[in-house]
Amino acid sequence: MKAQNITFRTEALTKDYMTGATVVHALRGVTLEIPQGDMVVLLGPSGSGKSTFLNIIGGLDSPTSGEVYFNKDRLSDYTEKQLTLFRRHNVGFVFQAYNLVPSLTAFENVALVTDISLDPMPPAEALTAVGLGDRARHFPSQLSGGEQQRVAIARAIAKRPEVLLCDEPTGALDSETGIVVLKALQKVNKNFGTTTIIITHNAAIAAMADRVIHFGDGRVGEVTVNDNPASPEEISW
Amino acid sequence: MTQLIDAMNRKLMRDLWNIKGQMLAIVLVMTCGIATFIMSFGVIDSLKLSRDIYYDRYQFADVFAQLKRAPRAIRQQVMDIPGVSAVEMRVVFGVTIQVDGMMEPASGKLISLPDGRKPLLNNLYLRSGRMLRPDEDGAILSSEAFANAHGFSLGDRVSMIINGHKQALKIVGIVLSPEYVYSLGPGAIFPDDKRFGIFWMSERVLEAAVDMDGAFNDISIRMDRGANVEDIKQDMDIILKPYGGLIAYARNEQMSNWFVQNEMNQLRVMGLFAPMIFLGVAAFLINVVMTRQVATQREQIGMLKAVGYSNRELSLHYLKMVLLLVVFGSILGIGTGIWLGAGMTNMYTQFFHFPILKFSFSPEVMIFAVLFCTLSAIAGTLIAIRQAAKLPPAEAMRPEAPTHFHRTLLERMGLEKFFSHLSRIVVRHVERRPFRTLFSTLGVGLSMSILVFAFFMEDSIDFLLKVQFDMAQREDINLSFVTPRAITALEEIRLMPGVMRVEPVRSVAAFLKSGHYAKRSSITGLRPAPDLHRILTKKLRAAPIPAQGLALSSKLAEILHVKKGDMLTVEVLEERRPVLHIRVAEIVEEFIGLSAFMDMDQLNRHLNEGTVITGAAVMVDPLWNGPLYQKIKNIPAIIGMTILEKSRQIFRDVMGENLMKMVTMNIIFASLISFGVIYNTARIALSERGRELATLRVLGLTKGEVAYILFGEMTVIILLAIPVGLFIGYMMVLGMARSLDTELFRIPVVIETSTYGMSVIIVVASSILSFYLVWRQVENIDLVSAQKGVE
Repeated sequence: MKAQNITFRTEALTKDYMTGATVVHALRGVTLEIPQGDMVVLLGPSGSGKSTFLNIIGGLDSPTSGEVYFNKDRLSDYTEKQLTLFRRHNVGFVFQAYNLVPSLTAFENVALVTDISLDPMPPAEALTAVGLGDRARHFPSQLSGGEQQRVAIARAIAKRPEVLLCDEPTGALDSETGIVVLKALQKVNKNFGTTTIIITHNAAIAAMADRVIHFGDGRVGEVTVNDNPASPEEISW
Repeated sequence: MTQLIDAMNRKLMRDLWNIKGQMLAIVLVMTCGIATFIMSFGVIDSLKLSRDIYYDRYQFADVFAQLKRAPRAIRQQVMDIPGVSAVEMRVVFGVTIQVDGMMEPASGKLISLPDGRKPLLNNLYLRSGRMLRPDEDGAILSSEAFANAHGFSLGDRVSMIINGHKQALKIVGIVLSPEYVYSLGPGAIFPDDKRFGIFWMSERVLEAAVDMDGAFNDISIRMDRGANVEDIKQDMDIILKPYGGLIAYARNEQMSNWFVQNEMNQLRVMGLFAPMIFLGVAAFLINVVMTRQVATQREQIGMLKAVGYSNRELSLHYLKMVLLLVVFGSILGIGTGIWLGAGMTNMYTQFFHFPILKFSFSPEVMIFAVLFCTLSAIAGTLIAIRQAAKLPPAEAMRPEAPTHFHRTLLERMGLEKFFSHLSRIVVRHVERRPFRTLFSTLGVGLSMSILVFAFFMEDSIDFLLKVQFDMAQREDINLSFVTPRAITALEEIRLMPGVMRVEPVRSVAAFLKSGHYAKRSSITGLRPAPDLHRILTKKLRAAPIPAQGLALSSKLAEILHVKKGDMLTVEVLEERRPVLHIRVAEIVEEFIGLSAFMDMDQLNRHLNEGTVITGAAVMVDPLWNGPLYQKIKNIPAIIGMTILEKSRQIFRDVMGENLMKMVTMNIIFASLISFGVIYNTARIALSERGRELATLRVLGLTKGEVAYILFGEMTVIILLAIPVGLFIGYMMVLGMARSLDTELFRIPVVIETSTYGMSVIIVVASSILSFYLVWRQVENIDLVSAQKGVE
């Protein structure tokens, strides 16, 4: 059984954007707890606030009101410098568009992050963990989309982060490749106990989560706890 | 359709506004290009216009000659030379001038003016007062420069020693002459209007004063259009030879005209090169910015093509954007050009004395300036949009394929381990766009070379002064006599107050020939091992005067195509005019003039005249300057006196001020170029790689680390540009030195380390400014943008 420490806790989180003359209320009071080691899927249509939520807990954006706690720390108290260190040491990001540095090889993309981490795994090990041990010397332009995304996952986990934040990690991939990527994420979650939060609007993916949080119109709807997460192979979309 | 075109124009304005910083940088570089063009060619136009009108209205002569003395009766002989249409014969006489309140004597030239008629040639422009009345005694016309330098006005009297008699002459008119647009006193290297003046006097009065009744010693002629100047010069030499004629020369050898022409030639070179550099850099910047513009608008281009815009219309759309820049650049450039041109023209009025010299430029100059700018802008744009125009619409709407990178040459050579991962990003980017890197490097390098060039002028002049005054002419004053004197004159000088050391100088005008190469020069006879007036080897070490043969300055040797050991034919142009054959014993270095040196006793033996001297180099105790000058002022036998410290000071003051202006201008130009290049390249890199940089920030890299990637690339370019810029600068200096390698002076190629250092520092400083501006953009990188999908 997983320890039920709380990694992220938010209280009445709101976020307003100004777009031109109109105010967009992206988050309208989100109170949530994300337990340590869980694989969490944030589900919801676009504009439901899930990305904004992820950006705020990832230290990319600040809330308009409300509180965010990472373990016992209040993220809203962090300075710009502390936020950078928070991202550097505690958070792994995986983007929909992979966002690899095109001028660096797979190995170097990972090493770029391990260079600045406190207790990283060797880059080769991270690549092997996502099944790309033999592609280390390839540049992003020489890799398929799924491979690029797995390099991105290797880059995110190599620093041994406490949390892995993934925004639509399979959004740009076909289902077969998507499953390979999801397997890699699940493996990381199981083997390293990394709290993993995945944004998707693909409901099928929710089957592999420990916990599914539904977002709608800037609020949290239903939260389902799944005692028997499926393995990615069983998912189809 | 008009609706759509309007929409397109609105898009254009907004697109421009979005990259206003970069556009401004380009406009400024264009401005420099147009301004330097308008300035240079405008000043050339102005000088040419002033000169041509002046020469034409005031009958500037075509051929000139000086001689010892000839009867006016030979006039007909000269008139009979085919092609000669007018002859004017004058008496020109050197005088010593005493000005109250000025310790040292000045020297001057007194020129005869025909009585009761206007001169046929070299007429005078009357600035104020009146012309002379026939046979008017005690009255002179003064050159405007001299009168202004001393604050003389009409009615003031000038004391001068004419042929041994002191006279106080009244200035009745202030005039300008086409012969003396630029005037140098004897032995001077720079105009000194205070110590050299030109005066005109009634012909009959002057003839009487200097015992030249019915005779003349200076002749000018006007040629028929199309007449052969060489033939005329030859015929004149034959006629004048029995009368002690020196070699006749044409306008292109006339000193004043030569300086004006030389200045115009230099301006032309500058007017071509400077705009080429600026407009070339502008074209490159436009290319970079438009390439980026087209890349970010790739999908828009696809859409526009899909809805029916033709390639031509799209190309025109982007061209319009650039042409708008040309409009701004032209307005600013023309304005700046006029301002700079007016300033430069004003500076020229210090040296060139025209009745009127005002800055003006022909419409052609303006048209060409704008045309060149437009062409360079169009070239830059077309290269950039050629790719986009070729794309089929469907493909254009798809995002561009990810750029491919590979290991760089350095890494493949096994140096990989020396690069951090951030550094690898930097070098791979540098290598992936070799042309952009190359042109950026060239751009920054050019700005550096402009600075090397500007500072070099200072180094070179300092060096020239040092060589001329500390190494070669170490005397304090230089005296020249009206006629050769016995060597005993040296003893008289030695006894004058404050004189510490005296060395004799024997100078004789001569025509040097080798094969069909010939040059009029003079031979200076000196003591075997002079200590004051010395000659210098190629390595600038003092050398003894060769016991046998001539020591020739390297430029003179070059003109005559002779080397050490060759024989020269020397036609002495004085007294009995012997023709000698003398061997070249040594080649010596000299930056000013064309000299030949010889042992004085040997020279006198050749001339068979006994031991005579024509002047002296004197070392003086400065405490005694006053009494010494006072004494010299009153010695009629001394016609010229150059105080070397004064020459040096004037040269420094005037050149220093003008150099300062030029250096300032060049610093501004160079900073604009390097700023333009660095700022634009960095902004483009920021725009191209915004998402990559945002991602890196999200991954936990600090702003500094992200900036390192951007600035690293720029730094590599700057580092590459340093050797390139210094090398181009050195080549420009060589080119300049070569183009200024004239008979009157040479520019020594001396570049101090500090010149290189300052050039690098200024470019680095302007780069740091652009870094700072880009850094402010790095601060504002939106982290959330990393999350966004593909651009």
